[in-house]
Amino acid sequence: MAHLKQFDLAVTTLREVNHYLHKQMVADGVQSVSILNPDGAHSLACGMNAPADIEIDGHVGYYVAGMNKYASVTVNGNAGPGAAENMMSGFVRVRGFASTSAAASARGGCMVIEGDASTRCGISLKGADIVVGGDVGSFSGFMAQAGRMVICGDAGDALGDSLYEAVIYVRGKVKSLGADAQYETMADADRASVAELLGVAGFKHDPAEFRRIASARKLYHWNADANQEY
Amino acid sequence: MCGIVGLLLKNPALRPRLGELMVPMLIGMTERGPDSAGLAVFTQPVAASLHKLSLYAGEHDIDWSTFLASLTAALPGQHELKRAGNHGVLTTSAAPDSVTAWIETHAAELTVLSVGRSIDLYKDIGAPADVAKRYNFANLHGTHLVGHTRMATESAVTPAHAHPFTAGRDFCLVHNGSLSNPNLVRRKLEPLGIEFETDNDTEAACRYFEWRLREGDDLQTAVRSGFEELDGFYTFLMGTDTELALVRDAFACKPAIVAETDDYVAVASEFRGLAHLPGVHGAKLFEPRPQEVYSWRI
Repeated sequence: MAHLKQFDLAVTTLREVNHYLHKQMVADGVQSVSILNPDGAHSLACGMNAPADIEIDGHVGYYVAGMNKYASVTVNGNAGPGAAENMMSGFVRVRGFASTSAAASARGGCMVIEGDASTRCGISLKGADIVVGGDVGSFSGFMAQAGRMVICGDAGDALGDSLYEAVIYVRGKVKSLGADAQYETMADADRASVAELLGVAGFKHDPAEFRRIASARKLYHWNADANQEY
Repeated sequence: MCGIVGLLLKNPALRPRLGELMVPMLIGMTERGPDSAGLAVFTQPVAASLHKLSLYAGEHDIDWSTFLASLTAALPGQHELKRAGNHGVLTTSAAPDSVTAWIETHAAELTVLSVGRSIDLYKDIGAPADVAKRYNFANLHGTHLVGHTRMATESAVTPAHAHPFTAGRDFCLVHNGSLSNPNLVRRKLEPLGIEFETDNDTEAACRYFEWRLREGDDLQTAVRSGFEELDGFYTFLMGTDTELALVRDAFACKPAIVAETDDYVAVASEFRGLAHLPGVHGAKLFEPRPQEVYSWRI
């Protein structure tokens, strides 16, 4: 079938696979690519710039689907650090857990992590949506500027530290909020956002169980009298 | 950046294959640490009357039989030497302190890498695959091991600066990360009579933990006290004659992943160091959480 292509990283090099995805896939009219035996390879399906379904069977290393644009990448396994880092658009799903800095700095698109996300999930988020089925580690949402983060489990220390205009919705316990992050009342629009993102992820929770965390905006302006206490 | 690996075999039937299972783990961490490599392997302990010392000759052309004969003449007792290249494991009935003192005076070109009843230690500069071949790591057997591939960031690339570091007996530590207060730790330990061999930051952590253990802490308590005393980034993997222990600092910048099955516990900086292990795809896989101490006993 011309529209489906399969690679086995046990026999094909990572460079050949990524080269195909970047340079040949569109010309071949391929819309669906399956990749076997990633065995922790780095930068797999990184820099995608075309709409295609990429399915990876196994665990991947650093930067899977980094800088993704248009593509839908599914990892049937765990992801290493920096999964979907700086994603521009498209969709990335990790069925296992994701290591540190998942969707860091992502500008658009949506990332779903079905398991836990480690520390610094969504750090410096710039507009993408993130849905985490499990827990997130410390410093998640640090300096997140725009976008939405839905956390179905618990959060570690310093959630949303130095937040700008991104909004975090969390269902479980929060070990601590970061500087300038605060709980806010859930409005109808918030419940609609959570319902929409849970629907995209395929998670069945009641949006009413989530709390909204956003910036108190006290760090927007330097306050010399604050004596570094926020 | 560095790579760490650890393997503890719960299934005794696998113990003759410890080295063979570990070598691809170590080589898999080459990109994280191409400068130097090393490992400590723990075997069943020698008899209570004996100790093992791992000796390293480096570039020196040692006449090992003369060395053994002189040692035997000087220190009565039973001495056996097993050699691998410029490295030897001495099994001796003499007191380890008198052997190390004799070596310092009479065979100063040798470095004592480790002392204990279970530990053998190998470390050298070079790519992990070359070091593994040099010392025939694939043929090692034992209960558990701790290995390291180094990309030096704060002190020289020499065999002495390679990991694992040891202190005391049957204790070793490998480190991915960097400490910012090793000199402070050193200034605290040296007045207690604890001697340092290098200027490496990891050595400070190794000697600190070994000191806590000697003071009566168990491994968990010792490592927890390190949260207050050691400033910096780290994933530490430690080995004793009966235990492996793993810990990451509060910021957890330095990666680690653990795979556990009924047969083994395996630790590596990245999954690609574990991908070849039998049954790893059905293993319980997890990332150690920050400031949580994980330990496994043989």
